[in-house]
Formats: sequence, C-alpha cells, structure tokens
Amino acid sequence: MAKNKRTKKPLTDAPALGFVGSLRWIWTQLTSMPTALFLLLLLAVAAVPGSIFPQRRVNPELVTQYLTDNPVSGPWLDRFQLFDVYSSAWFSAIYLLLFISLVGCIIPRIKKHAIALRSKPPRTPTKLERLPQYTRLELDPVQATAITAEQLVSEGQRILRKRGYRVDRRDDAGVLSVSAERGYVREIGNIVFHTSLLGILLSMAIGGAFGYSGQRIVVEGETFVNSLVSYDSFSPGTNFDAKNLEPYSVGLDKFDITFDRESETHFGQPLDFTAHVTTRRSPDAEAQQEDLKVNHPLRINGADVYLVGNGYAPVVTVKDGEGKVAFSGPVVSTPQDSVYTSVMVLKVPDANPEQLGFTGFLLPTALVDETGFGISGDPNAINPQLHLNSYYGDLGLDEGKPQNVYVLDTDKLTELNSRSQDAGGIILEAGQTYELPDGKGSISFDDLKRFVALDVNYDPGKAPIAVCSFLALAGLAISLFTPRRRVWLRPITDEQGLRGVEFALLARGEDPRLQREAAELSKIFHNTWPLAEKSKDLGEVNA
Amino acid sequence: MLRIATLAPINETLGTYSQLFMLLAAMVYMVAFICFALDLAKTNKTIAALDAKALEEDQRVLASAGGQNAAAIGTVTPARRGNSGRADNVGEDVVNDEMTYTALSPKRGIAKIAVVLTWLAVALHGFAVVSRSLAAHRVPWGNMYEFLTTGAFVVALVYLVALFFKDLRFVGSFIIGLVTLMLCAATIGFPTPVGHLVPALQSPWIVIHVSIAVLASALFSISFAMNVLQLLQHSRMNRLAEGKEDKLPFMRLVPGAGALENFAYRINTIAFVMWTFTVMAGAIWAEAAWGRYWGWDPKEVWSFVIWVVYAGYLHARATGGWTGPRSAWLSIIGYGCVIFNFTIVNIYFNGLHSYAGV
Repeated sequence: MAKNKRTKKPLTDAPALGFVGSLRWIWTQLTSMPTALFLLLLLAVAAVPGSIFPQRRVNPELVTQYLTDNPVSGPWLDRFQLFDVYSSAWFSAIYLLLFISLVGCIIPRIKKHAIALRSKPPRTPTKLERLPQYTRLELDPVQATAITAEQLVSEGQRILRKRGYRVDRRDDAGVLSVSAERGYVREIGNIVFHTSLLGILLSMAIGGAFGYSGQRIVVEGETFVNSLVSYDSFSPGTNFDAKNLEPYSVGLDKFDITFDRESETHFGQPLDFTAHVTTRRSPDAEAQQEDLKVNHPLRINGADVYLVGNGYAPVVTVKDGEGKVAFSGPVVSTPQDSVYTSVMVLKVPDANPEQLGFTGFLLPTALVDETGFGISGDPNAINPQLHLNSYYGDLGLDEGKPQNVYVLDTDKLTELNSRSQDAGGIILEAGQTYELPDGKGSISFDDLKRFVALDVNYDPGKAPIAVCSFLALAGLAISLFTPRRRVWLRPITDEQGLRGVEFALLARGEDPRLQREAAELSKIFHNTWPLAEKSKDLGEVNA
Repeated sequence: MLRIATLAPINETLGTYSQLFMLLAAMVYMVAFICFALDLAKTNKTIAALDAKALEEDQRVLASAGGQNAAAIGTVTPARRGNSGRADNVGEDVVNDEMTYTALSPKRGIAKIAVVLTWLAVALHGFAVVSRSLAAHRVPWGNMYEFLTTGAFVVALVYLVALFFKDLRFVGSFIIGLVTLMLCAATIGFPTPVGHLVPALQSPWIVIHVSIAVLASALFSISFAMNVLQLLQHSRMNRLAEGKEDKLPFMRLVPGAGALENFAYRINTIAFVMWTFTVMAGAIWAEAAWGRYWGWDPKEVWSFVIWVVYAGYLHARATGGWTGPRSAWLSIIGYGCVIFNFTIVNIYFNGLHSYAGV
C-alpha cells in the first residue's frame, strides 16, 4: 500500500484540494460574477422553448394534439421535458444554481456593508491629485487671513454633511482633512433587490405547496359549492388538504353579454360580460347579490373566483324507445367562433332498450347559407336552432373507462339521423320535439340558457410576492440611481499659512454625475470662502 | 343591454381624421429623415474640409496638438479625455463626447430643418394619436395599430425632448427612420378602424401597464441605436489605431465608443426599471383578469427573457472583461428580444395576449 501511494503521488502535479478544498473551489466558482452572468443568459435561453412548444400547465389538450400530430419527434421532445419547460429538471437546475449563486454573492456583501455602515469614511489619501476627479481652489491673497485651516475644515464638514455625506474630520500627523462618503443606501438597495428576488421564489414555492386551482362550468340557475366534488377539474398544491376548501357557494342567476351594435367595423364584438351571481361566504351566511365580470373577480376568503369563459347550454329532454325520460337538462356546448356557433355532444346512457347519442351544432341565430347548411348569423340567441345527428348502440360508458364528455365516439354506434340518411338531420327550434326514426325515442329543445366557465384560485403566495416585488422594484431603482461617492477635502498650507483648498471625488460604481457634483461643490466653496476668481478655471483641473 | 350606456359611442369622423393625420405625419417624418441623412453627408464633408485645412497648415496643427496636450493636463474634463480615444480631434469642434452643442452646431442648417420638420411631424402625429383616443373615449393603445402609432409618437417625442439637453442629431436619421418605419407598418400592415376595447382590456391597468411598456421600449430603441454606433465606432477606432484607412468617415460625427456606451447604459438602466415595473404591473393585471399572476403565456415568457437579458447586460457592465463591445452585444440582443416580443409573439404565437387586432 505504502509503495503504491509513493508511486502514485508524482502523477498529480497540482496540489490536491481535498474534499473541503474542492467544495470551496466549486463555491467560489459558482458565486463569481461571470458564472452568475452565464447562468442568467442560460436562463433566458432556457425559457424560450416554453413559448415555442405547447405547455401542459397552460394547455394540456394542445400537448396531446402535438403528440398525436408528431408521433416521432413528440415523444422525444417529451423525454426532454419540452412540454413542461418551467418545471423541468434542466430549467429548475439553472434557476436554483442562479439563486444559490445569488445567495453566495449577497451574504458576503451584507457582511461587508454592515461593517461599512458602522465604520468611518476611509482615510484621506496623501496625493489627492491622483484621483480621477480632483479640484484645487486658491484663496484670494488679499483676504487669505480671514480664514484659518481649522475653520475651513469645520465648514467643509458642515457643507458635506448638509449634502448627505457621512463625514469624518481627520488629523494625520497635524495635517487636517475631511473624509466623506455618501450613498450607502445604494448597496442597501442592491441587497434588498436581490433578497426580494429570493423572497419571490420562496413565495412561489409556498403558493405551489398550499394553493389550489380548479375549473367549473356553471349554467344559469345552477349553484357551485366550493368542495372537491363540485369541480370539473382540480389541481391541488403538493401540501393541499381538502379541509382547507372554504365552503362558500356561488349561484349563477343570469349571464349578460353586450355586443357592439353601433360600429360597422367591429359589429358583434363583445363589449361586456357580466355574471349576476348569488354568493354565500359560508353555508349559514346570508346570501349576497354580486356581479362577476372579467377583470373583477369575486374575492372570497382568498379563494377567488374568476370569469374565464362563457357559452350556450341548450336545455334538452330525451325520451327513450320505451317512452321514459332518459335525460333532461342543460347541455354545455363549446363556442367555436365569434357568432357562437357551438359544438354540442349529448350521450344518453340511460336510454332503453338502446343507448342514444347526439352530436351537432347549436346555432344561436340560425340562417341557411347558399349550400343549404345552417350557419349562425349573430352571437345573440335570436333564432336558436339545434342541428344534430343521432346515433344508437353501445356508448362504451359501461366499462368504466373515462371518456371526454365533449367527444362522441361513433365507431360502435349506428347512425339514425344525418344528411346522408333518409330521415335527414335533426333540426329543432326552441320548444319543438323530434321523434327519432324506428321508434327509438324523441328529443325536444325546451329552453336555451347560458353558462359561465369559472376558475377558482387559492394562492397563499400572492401577498408575499406582491410585497417582495414592490421591495425589489424600490431596491432596484435605489441601487441604480443613487450615486455612491467619496469626497476628501484638505486645506493647502505652506510656510505663509493657508493658501487654498483641494478636494477630490471618487465614484464607487457607475456615477455619471460625479463631475457635476464636483462643480457643484466648487460653487458652494466659492460662495463660502474668499477664493480667488481665477481658481474657477482651475475648478475643472484634473490630473 | 343596459351596459351599452357605459361605453360612449365611437366618433367615426374623428377616427377618420386621425388616420389622415397619421399619414400626413408619416410623410413629414420621411422628409425629416432625408434631411437628417443629408446633414450627415454634408457635415461629414465639413469635417473633411477642416481636416484638410489643418493638414495644410502644418505649423498650426503642431501648435494645436501642443495646445491640446496642455489642455489634457489643464482644462480637459475627465469624461472627455477618458472616454474619447477619438483618432481625429478636429471633429471635436462639431461633435464631442459630452454630446453638447458646439460652436459649429449652428452651421448645420440642414439638421436644423430636419429638427423643425420633426417637430411639425410630431405635432401632426400627436393630433392623430389624441384624436383617436378621443374618438374611442379610451387610451390609444388597444391593438397592434395603436401600439405602433403611439409607440412611434413616444419615440419621436422622447428624442426631441432629449435634443434640448444633448446634441443627438447624429442618431436623427436612425430614430426618425425607425419612427417612419413604425408608422408605415401600422398603416399598411395593421390598419384597424377605431373601436371599443374587448372586456379583458377594460381595466385601469391598460393605462399603466401598456404606457410604461411603450415608454420602456422607446428607451430601449434609443439605447440600441447608441450601442450599434458604439460597436461601429469601436471597430473604426481600432482600425485607425492600427493606421488603416478610415472606412466609415461619417462616424466622425458620432461621439467616441466609450461615451456612447456610458450614455446607452444610463438609458438602459431607466428602461430596465420601467420594464421591471411593466412586468410587475402585468402580473397584477393578469391576476385580476386570468386568475393567476404568472402563467408562462408566450408574451410573459418573452417579457421574462427580455428582463433576464437586460439584467445580464447590467451585470456584464460590472464584470471584468465584459464591458465595451460584449455588453453592447447583450443590449442589442435584448432589443432583438423586444422586437421579437412585439412582432412575432403578437402576430404568430397563440396566447392570452392575442388581441393584436390581426
């Protein structure tokens, strides 16, 4: 073993860092500015695919569609999480590394600034003329005796303090001078900004853990109660507990849409959506009449209700071959265009002896085009008609396989009504009933209601994010627009006494107005002390 | 049906006048653009003449050089000396790194005409924007046509106001060219008659969110121009330093690369804070309208990308080895993203921000 070690050692030229040393090296690399810059740019690049490929979190149907349309490339893209970019391993790795880098950068800066805040401005350099912004002002020889170096330093201190500088009077071996610094808040702003970004990330994590969101369609006359069973779809946070659902209820009394009827160019464009609702904050609370509109959600106990969609729900009654009512109620249809031509699917599994299925369109204002097809002429229900095909047979619902309620699989069904059948398609106006061929039953169009699509969103991270965002913005503005600068001022003396004053400015960080500040100080000194006029020219002297 | 009372009817006549004035403004901008370009050519000749004159009088050149050396020790200000690095000093009489008006400024007659024409165009343009707003009884930024026309107005106005403080006539042809292009794109590419806003846009946030976004984009445009000129000037100064021929003599009209970089940085910091505010205000509005403050909608993705790229730019300015051309490239890439977000994302990407009016 010992021999082995001896032979191995000369192979490594560089001194071994050891485990701790390696960690330290990685940490130093990670928290360096070029790494942070690289990670930032990488984050920008990594975010782009999320705008090119459909995202599951935004629109899962589009992802399914994409996978069907691209059977070869689709699964590969999926393997690289390109349909879940913002929760993908690689995107998370980049932003987590970036935030670790940020923490590693910000902690030493906090420590350093905490010390700077408690210390005096740095000592006056011996050769002020070497600093980038240096000015030398001569005393007027006639009035030179009117002021002493002592007075000049005291007044210099007072002037600088008035301009927001922290000042320190120095006496370095008998040489008096003023050392001053301002703009400590610049670094505070910087730290607040970066810390707030961390706060935003943590708040998002809180929202993701304890929040929930759900969707529900409510037809006029229906009431939605905030409980798990009421939702059409529901996405809980990782730490979600169903007990946390606030048991409020929202009933849709009426839904109004206003369309533009005056403009020729924008005729029929929606101008207003208003859902008149009755809410109860809790089961035994009093009912309240409220209006729910786009941009004006119902704010209920943190679980807010948003109006995100609407459409028509024709009320239909279906009797089966035995003459019994197999279905009766509103059927939610999906609007396809701006005149609310709506696709409607109705499955009647309770019909006997044969199950029934219907697909077709609801036309709010039915017109017949030149080819004989029914089209809708207006989004309002002026002449509503149902144009349907009908089917009978096994709907395939009894096997317990989940099905999309908006799609009717007609493979195993027999067509009863359509344009290709002798019986033709079903065309129903409101109040009419149609007898299906072969005594399979009947369908009647009883009434037309509207529905709304509601999003319910509970996100406990929202308030902290708002606070952190505000702090980040304020911190950012302060850190970019507050100049941090140092000033040193020293009386010039020789054997004849006080001759003048010299001062120098030093910017810490970007400071485009440093020169203006020097000129401003010159002006104030000229007004305060008996300085020679010609030294005005020297006011812009710089070595 | 009661609701219609809350939206005042559109004034179609005023809307038509707005479109007419938009066209007039575009025409005047076009002439102003030509004047700015002519001024570049003419002033370039003036400087060349000055150069020739200086060469003829050798003695004077020496004296002047001596004087300038003395000045460097004596009265030249640090910004001027530190950033300049200009290879040709004669041009300093026409343009300097502080971008202030110089003794020779009044002699640029064509530039004066260009500025006056730009003011005229801005007045016509302003009438067009305001009348459209009055015709619709709302802010004039609800679709692509309006983003472009109002955005172009803001760019031109910011430029004219900046001209009071700095001699930025060297970017005149770029800025007014851009404004003309925006107006042409609006009237040819996205002609939209004046109309009401769809419910999703009926929020006070449209006033805040969109106006600041437009203003930030206008500032990004100006700093983009500065950064492009900076890169050109940088490579030109390198060529001159190597004793090679001056391929871009008109760049004598443009301040030194360092001065351009600093100026672009100052504008970018303001624009970045505004962009941060735009994104935050957008998140607040999105929360009220769509039920979530952030949902990675394509527009949100690209606003985020823009924010991160410009954040990278600000960090680059504080990183050794990344100042100068490298950070300028980051700013240019950032502006590329702004343009992409405004054009491609608005028109081709399917998202919640799809009310471009196309």
